[in-house]
Amino acid sequence: MSNGPEHAHPSTRTYVLVAAILAVITAVEVAVFYLEALDPVLVPVLLTLSAAKFTMVVGLFMHLKFDARLFRALFIGPLFVAIAVMMAMFLMYGVFRG
Amino acid sequence: MSHTEAAAMEVHSATGLSSRKILMWTFIGSECMLFGSLITTYLVYRGKSVVGPYPEDLLNIPFITVTTFVLLMSSLMMVLALAAVQRGDMKWGKVWLFMTAFLGMVFLGGQVFEFTHFVHEGLTLKTNLFGGTFFLLTGTHGAHVAVGVIWLLSLFLLAQRGRLTQANAETVEIAGLYWHFVDVVWIVLFTLIYLLV
Amino acid sequence: MSATGATAAEGGDHSHEGTYSGGPWSWITTVDHKRIGVMYGLSAFFFFLVGGIEALLMRLQLGSPENTLIDPDLYNQLFTMHGTTMVFLAIMPLSAAFFNFIVPLQIGARDVAFPRLNAFSFWLFFLGALFMNASFLFGGAPDAGWFGYANLTSTQYSPGMRIDFWVIGLMVLGVSSIAGALNFIVTIINLRAEGMTFMRMPLFTWMTLITSFLLVIAFPAITVGLVLLMFDRMFGTLFFDPLAGGDVLLWQHLFWIFGHPEVYILLLPGLGMVSEIIPVFSRKPLFGYAFVVYSGILIAFLGFGVWAHHMFAVGLGPVANTVFSATTMLIAIPTGVKIFNWIATLWGGSLRMQTPLYFSLGFISMFIIGGLSGVMHASAASDLQQTDTYFIVAHIHYVLFGGVMFALFAGMYYWIPKITGRMLSDRLGKLHFWIMLVSFNVTFFPQHFLGLHGMPRRTFTYESGLGFEAMNLMSTVGSMVLGASMLIFLWNVLRMLRKGEPAGANPWEGSTLEWSTTSPPPHYNFRVLPTVHSRDPLWAEDTGDSMPGDDPSVADPHMPGPSFYPLLSAVGIIVMAAGALTTTFPVVFVGVGVLLFGVYGWAFQPLEH
Ligand SMILES: [Cu+2]
Repeated sequence: MSNGPEHAHPSTRTYVLVAAILAVITAVEVAVFYLEALDPVLVPVLLTLSAAKFTMVVGLFMHLKFDARLFRALFIGPLFVAIAVMMAMFLMYGVFRG
Repeated sequence: MSHTEAAAMEVHSATGLSSRKILMWTFIGSECMLFGSLITTYLVYRGKSVVGPYPEDLLNIPFITVTTFVLLMSSLMMVLALAAVQRGDMKWGKVWLFMTAFLGMVFLGGQVFEFTHFVHEGLTLKTNLFGGTFFLLTGTHGAHVAVGVIWLLSLFLLAQRGRLTQANAETVEIAGLYWHFVDVVWIVLFTLIYLLV
Repeated sequence: MSATGATAAEGGDHSHEGTYSGGPWSWITTVDHKRIGVMYGLSAFFFFLVGGIEALLMRLQLGSPENTLIDPDLYNQLFTMHGTTMVFLAIMPLSAAFFNFIVPLQIGARDVAFPRLNAFSFWLFFLGALFMNASFLFGGAPDAGWFGYANLTSTQYSPGMRIDFWVIGLMVLGVSSIAGALNFIVTIINLRAEGMTFMRMPLFTWMTLITSFLLVIAFPAITVGLVLLMFDRMFGTLFFDPLAGGDVLLWQHLFWIFGHPEVYILLLPGLGMVSEIIPVFSRKPLFGYAFVVYSGILIAFLGFGVWAHHMFAVGLGPVANTVFSATTMLIAIPTGVKIFNWIATLWGGSLRMQTPLYFSLGFISMFIIGGLSGVMHASAASDLQQTDTYFIVAHIHYVLFGGVMFALFAGMYYWIPKITGRMLSDRLGKLHFWIMLVSFNVTFFPQHFLGLHGMPRRTFTYESGLGFEAMNLMSTVGSMVLGASMLIFLWNVLRMLRKGEPAGANPWEGSTLEWSTTSPPPHYNFRVLPTVHSRDPLWAEDTGDSMPGDDPSVADPHMPGPSFYPLLSAVGIIVMAAGALTTTFPVVFVGVGVLLFGVYGWAFQPLEH
């Protein structure tokens, strides 16, 4: 049986860099929140930024990007179901209409 | 759950992967649905409270930004701890493990402060739907952080006594998976609760 | 090393009665998947009988109009506990019994991936089941239906502890189910025998895997619903209080987001069993193996997109009703595919008409009827006529009794020889089958008509002169015979234990790995782990599958030692539950302490000792 892909772990420098980017994105999020000019695009911008942070932590800190594909399936499958169910609920309850 | 469970039995692994890691990832998948349902409850009830205080009266964005930053940095401590243990550098491994737990405790302290403040301002579980959904959602997350802190401190104490070594790097890795997931949940909650108020 | 090792070492004796020898303490601390499976099976069958007696009491009450045998309050408790018991305490753990006993054997493993977590799941289920039923002794059992709709469950309409027993009991059972399911996912993914690729896995193992995923994904939804309800009842939150803006339908959503996948959690293990039995008794491989696997996966995914078909009558609006009607009709397709697979397997096979095949055929025919009535109320318009009537009662029983229970009985007749090492009587088995089949239909078929004529469900009586008398009487008589048919099964089991024929390793000439070891298997299952090269390894010896059997020259494999900590951890959770029930927080803290002690003891106890 073949082993999972070899652990090409990022270096300490990469980790610190990722954390810095995460901090910067958080700062940008808060800035977007306070800038009234951005109000019309507030929701999509914030959701995108949040998704970017989510992906970075899961992919790099949790090594999902480098680790075996099985782990990706175990995480993304249920996540997909959860998001689909949430979307259906939001549609029925008119959450998107504000 | 245990350090020795699957490892000690002479079983082959059909995938070449660690059973405990498969267990943790499956558990995290299950947690997606748990937090998904809680977030759904929060958003479905957003704006449905019939009496105040309302979110915009209470939520303190600068304060929560700081605790959010603390939790993000605890994730950095966690990856550094794992990297150190994997290299066999237990001295730094212990430092980073402790720092992870410590930042987790700072985050929890911030949450206690926030909750107390809200209660002072007249928001409790039974005030309105915002109170109920807010305390339940952030409280469930906080309970996860607390479990993680206990877990990390247990590992730290094990390392202190020399019972956690390079050979147990996977034990640290699994605790780390849990910890990062709790952080990821907060990334989502921070946006949905505080910024999209 | 336990007594089994000694038995095996003596050689010659291949019956391995030692698998079950040892006193009560050896059972309490066991981590052997076979013993845990047996304990699951015995307790599940016990609760199946309890739930059955609850049903018979209700049928006695409904046997004649305006009957006063059972008052409305007790009737409410009976239908609530009948549903809750059959779903959570009978069918699910009976499936778990087979997951435990059969799956590790089928994949050629010595145990599950986390043996002590497995013991923990069992004890938590068992104590949780006792906890829930203890309600009968403390002011009455839960009485708001197995679905517990808000705000029937509010403290205003349900004061006292009845609903609290239900809420907390279900949470405990949920933890047990999720822990068990996580364990089986890892076991099946990681402990498969050398050469057993996913597409060579036996179908029962496949369906166990899919069911386990459904469990870990679906249960959190009801857990959140239960937490909301518990907070409403204990801390005065307003989640389901309409006056404060709360929405009672949110409960229904959370419940059915779990509840519909739950239908497949109940059903898929049975589908897997039948998919094992039909090929063996037709003497040919399953027709369209890949179709059965993929349709199972498709059912699991689609199962998360149909929940609102339980809510057509609550006014979600035409768009939601149309979408959920469509997805519900869609899910009938993969289910239908499986029926064609089974029929095509039977077609042209050299059928051996023995009890397991009888029950499998009974399953197919009854399940088709239940499926057809299901497609009828997949249409929102037609459901509005049928919802909350006996038509739905008939439907659910054709699916869960005619379907699942027939399949589970097929599984019992098929695998009990492996579990006990002795054969059940085929004659008694067939007698049981015919009486059960006929009485089942006499009981439930008339309920379709009762429902279409407007008889509401969950109502303790009905007036005379509405035309309900004859069919209710028929249903009651049928149910009594149905209950009596269980006595034949019990008699058959007792007879087997006293003087059943020895089964031998492979009495049915099955093709999967569990039949390559002795009956019952030694505590380590396989002295040398098998290697497979095909889907039906025992039918394909010429392809080089290696079945080393019980080679006594090889030393006994090391197995995990017994542990008391799983039970202790489960006790901690039950103490917490009792504290929460009575809102005495010191008791909750004691429970937390016991749990922590159990978990740490568990974590630091080496697996072999
Ligand atoms: Cu359904």
